[in-house]
Amino acid sequence: MSLQTDLARVRGLGSAKEGTGHWWAQRLTAVALVPLGIWFVFAAVSLAGANLGEFRAWLTVPYNLILMVLLVGVLFHHMQLGMQVVFEDYIHNERSKTVVLILNKFVAVILGVSCIIALLRVAFGG
Amino acid sequence: MAEFSLPANSKVVEGKTFPAPAGATRVKKFKVYRYDPDKNENPRMDTYEIDLDACGPMVLDALIKIKNEIDSTLTFRRSCREGVCGSCAMNVGGTNTLACINAISDFRGDIAVYPLPHMMVVKDLVPDLTNAYAQYASIQPWLQADTPAAPGKERLQSPEEREELDGLWECVLCFSCSTGCPSYWWNSDRYLGPATLLQAYRWIADSRDEYTGERLDALEDPFRLYRCHTIMNCTNTCPKNLNPGKAIAKIKQKMVERR
Repeated sequence: MSLQTDLARVRGLGSAKEGTGHWWAQRLTAVALVPLGIWFVFAAVSLAGANLGEFRAWLTVPYNLILMVLLVGVLFHHMQLGMQVVFEDYIHNERSKTVVLILNKFVAVILGVSCIIALLRVAFGG
Repeated sequence: MAEFSLPANSKVVEGKTFPAPAGATRVKKFKVYRYDPDKNENPRMDTYEIDLDACGPMVLDALIKIKNEIDSTLTFRRSCREGVCGSCAMNVGGTNTLACINAISDFRGDIAVYPLPHMMVVKDLVPDLTNAYAQYASIQPWLQADTPAAPGKERLQSPEEREELDGLWECVLCFSCSTGCPSYWWNSDRYLGPATLLQAYRWIADSRDEYTGERLDALEDPFRLYRCHTIMNCTNTCPKNLNPGKAIAKIKQKMVERR
């Protein structure tokens, strides 16, 4: 039971004074993913049936590698921003929410870095 | 986690049926949500058969007829019966709206009437709006200025500046939009909801107000403002045909503008 006033409860801990950065980053990454996504679909279709050698040759073309790394970076950043919003929407237990939000960041960084390292290894051998 | 099914004591059961008087030719069935906190019973749907030849044209007329002539225990809010007070907001035919400005003839088949969704029910069609009103109070919905008004004069505004308030001042605070918003359903403890955000923008857009920055500061929060995911149920359901979704978008735009 609480005898707090309704206004005190609604004001809570006050405004976080942030959120615009997150919102803007989600829009920017979404816009960036439109050309990157279209380019990736065309690239994937053109590479259908290619063997490792052909793929490596394609990936060593500088702009292909640059666009692939950008695609992976932007994609995982966008994914992480979006998933954070979903978790905040639906998980109402503060402790589990904190754990899930931390895991969300970790998973995105691990997956993103792994993909980029994989791309570099394929491009430059090793 | 969000709850996707009703708790056992909130499951709605079939209720009583009140048949139309003998000889009625134009009969319309109203299925109305009933809940009495004084009885230890689940909510139920009562069916009232209304003789349209002996009833006013609006949904609210039918509810008043039920209360006056058929079942005086039916409880609902109403006042102006012309869409300016916002009291009779409820869910009619699956849409949050004002019962007083919806013609019965616009609905096909039976008309289901529920209280505003996802709010605590005080009784029958009366939702508990305490939280929504407190949220409205929290945005300080009054003119704030340090410059004193000239003695005996109004605070002036050009016709263009006044136009900025069109589509905002008409809001009657019925909370049809907020209670139609899934984001508000899941997070109404922290998300202000479309009705309160439209009102917040009404003061942000007012050229006479000198606290625009402070108002934006108070809204800049992942929950208070940014739980809006542009689902747009608010704009679809607004009985006054306003656009809370657009008002929220304009707040977000101002947030980016001032960075």
